[in-house]
Amino acid sequence: MPDLLLELFSEEIPARMQAKAADDLRRLVTDKLVAEGLVYEGAKAFATPRRLALTVHGIPARQPDLKTERRGPKMGAPDAAVQGFLKATGLTSLDEAKIQRDPKGDFYIALIEKPGRDAIDVLAEILPVIIRTFPWPKSMRWGARSGKPGSLSWVRPLHAITATFGLETEEPDVVKFSVDGIETGQTTYGHRFMAPAAISVRRFEDYEAKLKAAKVILDPQARKDIIFADAKELTFAQGFELVEDQALLDEVSGLVEWPVVMMGSFEKEYLAIPEEVIRATIRNNQKCFVVRDSKTGKLTNKFVLTANIEAPDGGKTIVSGNERVIRPRLSDAKFFYETDLKTKLEERLPKFDQIVFHEKLGTQAARITRIERLAAEIAPLVGADVAKATRAAHLAKADLLTEVVGEFPEVQGLMGKYYALAQGEDASVAAACEEHYKPQGPADRVPTDPVSIAVALADKIDTLVGFWAIDEKPTGSKDPYALRRAALGVIRIIVDNDLRLPLWKLLSEHAVQVMSAIYKDDTDLIVELSDWIGSAGNAEVPSNSFSNQAAESVYKLLKPRVEDLLAFFADRLKVQLREQGARHDLVDAVFALGGQDDLLMIVRRVEALGKFLETDDGKNLLAGIKRASNILGIEEKKDKRTFDGAPDAALYGLGEEKALAKTIGEVRAEASAAVAKEDFAAAMSAMAKLRPPVDAFFDKVRVNDDDPKVRENRLMLLNEIRSATRAVADFSKIQD
Amino acid sequence: MDASLPAHMRPERSFQGFILALQRFWAEQGCVILQPYDMEMGAGTFHPATTLRALGPKPWNAAYVQPSRRPKDGRYGENPNRMQHYYQFQVIMKPSPPNLQELYLKSLAAIGIDSAVHDIRFVEDDWESPTLGAWGLGWECWCDGMEVSQFTYFQQVAGFECAPVAGELTYGLERLAMYVQGVDRVYDLNFNGRDGDAKVTYGDVFLQAEREYSKHNFEIADTAMLFEQFKMAETACRKYLDAGWKDGKREAHLMALPAYDQCIKASHVFNLLDARGVISVTERQSYILRVRELAKACGEAWIHTEAGGAA
Repeated sequence: MPDLLLELFSEEIPARMQAKAADDLRRLVTDKLVAEGLVYEGAKAFATPRRLALTVHGIPARQPDLKTERRGPKMGAPDAAVQGFLKATGLTSLDEAKIQRDPKGDFYIALIEKPGRDAIDVLAEILPVIIRTFPWPKSMRWGARSGKPGSLSWVRPLHAITATFGLETEEPDVVKFSVDGIETGQTTYGHRFMAPAAISVRRFEDYEAKLKAAKVILDPQARKDIIFADAKELTFAQGFELVEDQALLDEVSGLVEWPVVMMGSFEKEYLAIPEEVIRATIRNNQKCFVVRDSKTGKLTNKFVLTANIEAPDGGKTIVSGNERVIRPRLSDAKFFYETDLKTKLEERLPKFDQIVFHEKLGTQAARITRIERLAAEIAPLVGADVAKATRAAHLAKADLLTEVVGEFPEVQGLMGKYYALAQGEDASVAAACEEHYKPQGPADRVPTDPVSIAVALADKIDTLVGFWAIDEKPTGSKDPYALRRAALGVIRIIVDNDLRLPLWKLLSEHAVQVMSAIYKDDTDLIVELSDWIGSAGNAEVPSNSFSNQAAESVYKLLKPRVEDLLAFFADRLKVQLREQGARHDLVDAVFALGGQDDLLMIVRRVEALGKFLETDDGKNLLAGIKRASNILGIEEKKDKRTFDGAPDAALYGLGEEKALAKTIGEVRAEASAAVAKEDFAAAMSAMAKLRPPVDAFFDKVRVNDDDPKVRENRLMLLNEIRSATRAVADFSKIQD
Repeated sequence: MDASLPAHMRPERSFQGFILALQRFWAEQGCVILQPYDMEMGAGTFHPATTLRALGPKPWNAAYVQPSRRPKDGRYGENPNRMQHYYQFQVIMKPSPPNLQELYLKSLAAIGIDSAVHDIRFVEDDWESPTLGAWGLGWECWCDGMEVSQFTYFQQVAGFECAPVAGELTYGLERLAMYVQGVDRVYDLNFNGRDGDAKVTYGDVFLQAEREYSKHNFEIADTAMLFEQFKMAETACRKYLDAGWKDGKREAHLMALPAYDQCIKASHVFNLLDARGVISVTERQSYILRVRELAKACGEAWIHTEAGGAA
């Protein structure tokens, strides 16, 4: 079967967009082929800085013929209906239609045969549409045609389209179409500098080979392999080791069509700069790799660059050019670092008075003060020294004002640690300057040092409470302040470190602190707001308990927002647990209990519940509870009432009833005691005791007794099963 | 490179020869070679030959040197490559010709950068000017790892879609010349290509100015006056724009250029105030927005002028 070769040749495509573009091209073309009934054998897409290429092999030469039946009007229907039917089906008269007998009458049926079209014609139709609507993250217009509406948009100017279709053994045909004046053909071009001449190509095999001869490696993976292998070899040969960097490798491979790896060096004096800063300088500005000494494990004064040409001088000019660029960059970095060391971190803090963190949330200085207070509050709960946590919170943001961080934002925190150590701070305090930003993403490490934990939690909670207090929470895909990440960070810190934190109290108290920044002149208001936190907790405050009207209105505004934030934590936790493989229904069963603000206990409950349900006792008890719930549900509907309240022991007529009632009492007490001790496994074992009496009850007892009083009492007993089990979870949320 | 040039005019020996080589190259491509605009501005893009001429349907090809004033970048002449005043070489071609990349590479050859020996790369760099309400897509052009030019296809200027799109090239002249001459300190550039007593360096021409202007920009510039000047320029710009509508109808405009001068002025005054550190972070945004509003209004006036394509 024939193959398709498609190449879109353009000016330089941004490196970061190439992989996705190749993937999109493959997906869009193959999806469309399948939708057109052209089921192909295989497809592969490639990208270089100047081209997107796609090969699809094993495409049928023709679409299959399509036979469809279309039902028309009844026999004897009005003429308008008949005419409409003929027009829609292309029949010339009703004689060409079949007649179908049907109990509702006899209908005309048109047999429509749609012959399959040649695949090349289908391609000529679908490819230009895909090109015109290609999903580039950012695209542009260019040239004379951009003066007219409807001109083509592409990532950068598109110059040529190669599109051929044919069998391996034959000369392929060009898939003929044109997009914005660009006619398809079979001409592409080699390397911009080393082989710029036009190349005539037939199909993928000769295309890839001819490109290679013209100094273009089409496959990005092959370019990566070359760069990686050459860089390793080059460094190894001199007793060094490449500092591997996948993201940089991905980017660099998207900047060259013909990778040529070379090594340069810089003056040893720059090795006095922290390694991360050297790396950031060389990586970000020059897209070069750094190199370490394999014996000491420390960076050496070498770097690895990837050029796009083989120069006649062996690359001497290119290496020395790169060295000339890197030198002043490192010189700047060294100057910044040394300048930074001359000023103590706390001396920088007054500047934060001038820097607005957020229009509604005040200055960075105000935010740091809040984080200090909160870190001190959290410290004893996580086993951290209060003085150290406060000190760390005080200094943790100061490096944002240093020269090095101004130049390389990605070393924020890390520089804080270096500068803190340099000025003789406690090791935990210094570590917290770096670690309080963690975890930055799902792959990032969670801090474990108590001081770091206290500051990391305080930093994130302040951000979350702040934005919730001013009602700027994430919506849909919009999360400009990375609040989801912050919430997930809080969750991971708590769960991974087995921390017990009364979240409701922490969040609501901190919300008042945030408010005090907004209502700073109204001390009465703040005092009153603090009172409700102290006294009421999660419960409603009666509306007449405020003497200050403003405090009451702020309270009414704030409480639902804190509740909403807690619900947001619950949602993130659900997502997190689900991603770790916990059954989402178990998570729901625990959350359905309500009033849960201790994340660790929620996780423990879900774990215990999951284990319990894997046992026979668990499965059977679940079945029993479900049965009870089902019966109750039906009867509640029938009677339009619930069966709450304690059953009357005097009405028990059967032994199984009495036994069940007795066990429920015992189980309730045992399970509650176990839950109070946070021993969820024990609570589950207690639940397991319900299984024999529940089974026996359903075996021997008819719930819907003829005596309505007995029936009511039995339903109340069933309801007791449900309520007793709510000590550990809402079993009705669990799926079988 | 033109082999017939006398040694002191060669781009790799002489800063002025370097500029002349670029001018000559782009003149050959049909560009009008303009002289620098006679106002202070932060970048060659502000020149009306780019900002305004990029708008409207009429073809336009021009190249010029423009002194770029960046008050905040002053380093009292002590940094080897940062200055508050430097030169940009600007090329604008509307509509962008299909071979603009090749023309650019040829222009590098004309100033002594051979793309067979050097590693020339086009690295993604989307350009945006919040003050001009303008954006475009393109690259920073690298030579052996050094950014030497900015290459942009204008998509929008002064809030208006560019139709057709113009291609814009900006060369950082000092940096390129340093590379070609092989010097590491801008002040060591040979300006006139002569040797011995006859040699004039970039430092001879500009070092004193860098020191004086750095002091002025960071320490002395009269901020009360500058705040006033900003307001005056803003008011004048609006006034000229209002007065420019022919017969008071918003159909034809007769004074887009004088109004735009005031927009340039406001922008530079803002940069001076910013360098003096008297504009807070929040105010900064609002000043940028005010300049952008002026630029947009000037753009609107421009497209109602003859050169803007109205007639």
